Amino acid sequence: MDMPPPNPDILARKPELVARLNRALPEAAVISDPAETRAYECDALTAYKCPPLAVVLPGSTQEVAAALRICHEMGVPVVPRGAGTSLAGGALPSADSVILGVARLTEVLETDYENRFIRVQTGRTNLSVTGAVETKGFFYAPDPSSQLACAIAGNIAMNSGGAHCLKYGVTTNNLMGVTMVLMDGTVVELGGAHLDAAGYDLLGLICGSEGQLGVVTEATLRILHKPEGARPVLIGFDSNEVAGHCVSDIIKAGVLPVAIEFMDRPCIRACEAFAGAGYPDCEALLIVEVEGSDAEIDEQLETIIEIARAHDPVELRQSTSPEESARIWLGRKSAFGAMGQINDYMCLDGTIPVSQLPHVLKRIGEMSGEFGLDVANVFHAGDGNMHPLILFDANKPGDLERCEAFGAAILKLCVEVGGCLTGEHGVGIEKRDLMIDQYAPEDLEIQMAVKDVFDPGWLLNPAKVFPLQSSAAHRDAAA
Amino acid sequence: MKTLEPESEAELAAILAGAKAPFRVQGGGTRPIGGPREGVALATRRLSGITLYEPGALTMVARAGTPLAEIESTLAAEGQRLAFEPMDHRGVLGTTGEPTIGGVFGANVSGPRRIQAGAARDFLLGVRFVDGRGQIIRNGGRVMKNVTGYDLVKLMAGSFGTLGVLTELSFKVLPGAKSAGTVAITGLDDATAIAALSRALASPFEVSGAAHLPGGGNDAARTLIRLEGSQASVAYRAGRLQEALAQFGDARFDHDGDAVAGVWRDLRDLRPFHGREGDVWRVSVKPSDAPGIVAALPGAEAIYDWGGGLVWLLVPRGTAAQAIRAPLDTVGGHATRIRGEAGEGTFHPPPAPVAALQEGLRRKFDPRGLLNPGLMDSPAQMASD
Repeated sequence: MDMPPPNPDILARKPELVARLNRALPEAAVISDPAETRAYECDALTAYKCPPLAVVLPGSTQEVAAALRICHEMGVPVVPRGAGTSLAGGALPSADSVILGVARLTEVLETDYENRFIRVQTGRTNLSVTGAVETKGFFYAPDPSSQLACAIAGNIAMNSGGAHCLKYGVTTNNLMGVTMVLMDGTVVELGGAHLDAAGYDLLGLICGSEGQLGVVTEATLRILHKPEGARPVLIGFDSNEVAGHCVSDIIKAGVLPVAIEFMDRPCIRACEAFAGAGYPDCEALLIVEVEGSDAEIDEQLETIIEIARAHDPVELRQSTSPEESARIWLGRKSAFGAMGQINDYMCLDGTIPVSQLPHVLKRIGEMSGEFGLDVANVFHAGDGNMHPLILFDANKPGDLERCEAFGAAILKLCVEVGGCLTGEHGVGIEKRDLMIDQYAPEDLEIQMAVKDVFDPGWLLNPAKVFPLQSSAAHRDAAA
Repeated sequence: MKTLEPESEAELAAILAGAKAPFRVQGGGTRPIGGPREGVALATRRLSGITLYEPGALTMVARAGTPLAEIESTLAAEGQRLAFEPMDHRGVLGTTGEPTIGGVFGANVSGPRRIQAGAARDFLLGVRFVDGRGQIIRNGGRVMKNVTGYDLVKLMAGSFGTLGVLTELSFKVLPGAKSAGTVAITGLDDATAIAALSRALASPFEVSGAAHLPGGGNDAARTLIRLEGSQASVAYRAGRLQEALAQFGDARFDHDGDAVAGVWRDLRDLRPFHGREGDVWRVSVKPSDAPGIVAALPGAEAIYDWGGGLVWLLVPRGTAAQAIRAPLDTVGGHATRIRGEAGEGTFHPPPAPVAALQEGLRRKFDPRGLLNPGLMDSPAQMASD
């Protein structure tokens, strides 16, 4: 993975930078000791590491603005960091950069049940947003798997999704407003407790911009009342293709489940060995969940089961109790842990049109043989967001490189069939160099022109998202 | 003057690349919000046709000039629909012609179901457009989850043709409802009505429309809550809502399909304002702020949608923009003049740092100021270029 060489001039000015940051921020907010900055050397994509020049952990929007103003004046790159759970290297530092972490911004600022929103500081974790409103029966809908740890700031930067977005949408559909600090320290307010933008939809633009346009310090989020109940059904098939058709038929029938999860045989076996959820040993498993009152759930499940029966399932298990529901979800929720027990793995995130599911699964199986690496598939089938897990041995020379080549081949296949490189994890550094497979040069140019407007100096998270060759002219012009 | 109607994306790109003077960009021309502007009319209506429809994947791709009616009838044949329920502006604006799908997304037009399902922008998955330099640009795709690069799809939605001319759109569609019903309470004052709607929207009963028509003259005020789904589910949820709203008065349940559809279509298209004299404003606010804003405007007639979060105002012709916008300065929100004197003041002026970002984007996407100059920002600023 190429990163631009650190700027020696910036490295030389570290003492001046640290002194200025220390004058502007409380003592505990600035970390410059190499022993301590090492804690920030990577995010959840641990294959790449680099300690930053310094770390700042501001306690308010004003402190964020002060820190950014100093870095802006000194021409120092800044890498914003939420909770550091990015699987794409979105928060990977460079040696000449300052990590700006929002970890101390965790307050709930306003809760309004009548108007159905919550305003929080963005260092707050995803799950604790729901935690702040659940006593009143409310929840915040986007639920990425890392929701116990991941911060709202990172959710906004990567436009995070989750298992339930088939019904509730992803972050961008649940974000009503932000307070954002631009690289030069300017504080802007976008949106608020009202719906839709005045003027251009800048809120939609910054959501998913991977911390390259500004640092979001506060967010207004839509909250919803919880459904009366939810219940899953487990359906097993002896062919991926048939399972894929079943998904498509369920959607066509006009039922909109809250989640449709898909697991293939390698994944089913690993989960079963790990969690003992009682899954059948079959080629493909679907977990379909619907919501509502008991009678409403019964009615929807009846339709779904009727459709499933028409596809000759090898297993059809309806939950009749909360315990049974929990057991059905248990295997799926422990999928990543289960795979981790077996081996090192790389988790991909491409999205494909749902109709291409059988074809893509077949090709991935063939490629697994070609690359000599096993792969397990677990994903959100309703929206085509795949998460192939490629197994490799990090201690075996050449395995990581083979794994990365296999991953790239799968993502190119996703693009080929009309899909995209990443559905919810983001580009970061991981998929940066594949962007030219999805976009023509002019498509990337106009995206980079947007960064030119928000961050003319290209100081915010500069070496991410765009292939270095593509962004070179912009970064050089800014320097 | 003649309207330019390119028949292909390439032809459109050539027109823009070689252009020396500005254009008025339009789809079917049924939503001339902001009034007539300078330049030659450039319409997308010949870039027409549905290019892909996969009901099992809930996605459709269509060229920008495709008539909305064609899209809706194609979807209806599969029992699907545009869940954001785009409004038809023809009645309230007195325009004729065919609304196009490009116009719907270009103006981010949503209807009553926006409160539950999301706005037009939430359903837009991918765009192709020609920018002001004549370059063909692609962003997003046709899959529902996509975080590959910046989301220019959202930026293009609601940009009124000022950043590029849309040529093709891919969007998410949803199953239609098997049945629908309306729970209605009559005679509530505005503030009480909004409180009742908030109660309904804060329930688990998946309200897909929440509106208040204040009435006047011989008409009693009507507070309307829409439920959609299977017949049994709609009846169940209506019953639960009638209980939950008992304190607000007698809530009647109407489940006559045609009547229910008619009530919500009339509301969506602002039928009470059709053929009436005066300016029409669209105000987006926090729902509980809405009644106060209306009360502070003597002579204004209001229709509340989105649980009070969207207020349509009919005010005397020539009412100053400042009169509508002043209260929003303190409570937040924005106001757009949908019908009235053309030109300055149509769109809500953004605060200075946001205005600077918007102008910066516009200069990147349309450096020569060819696309709808004067629309959506201060003409004086653009002219100083």
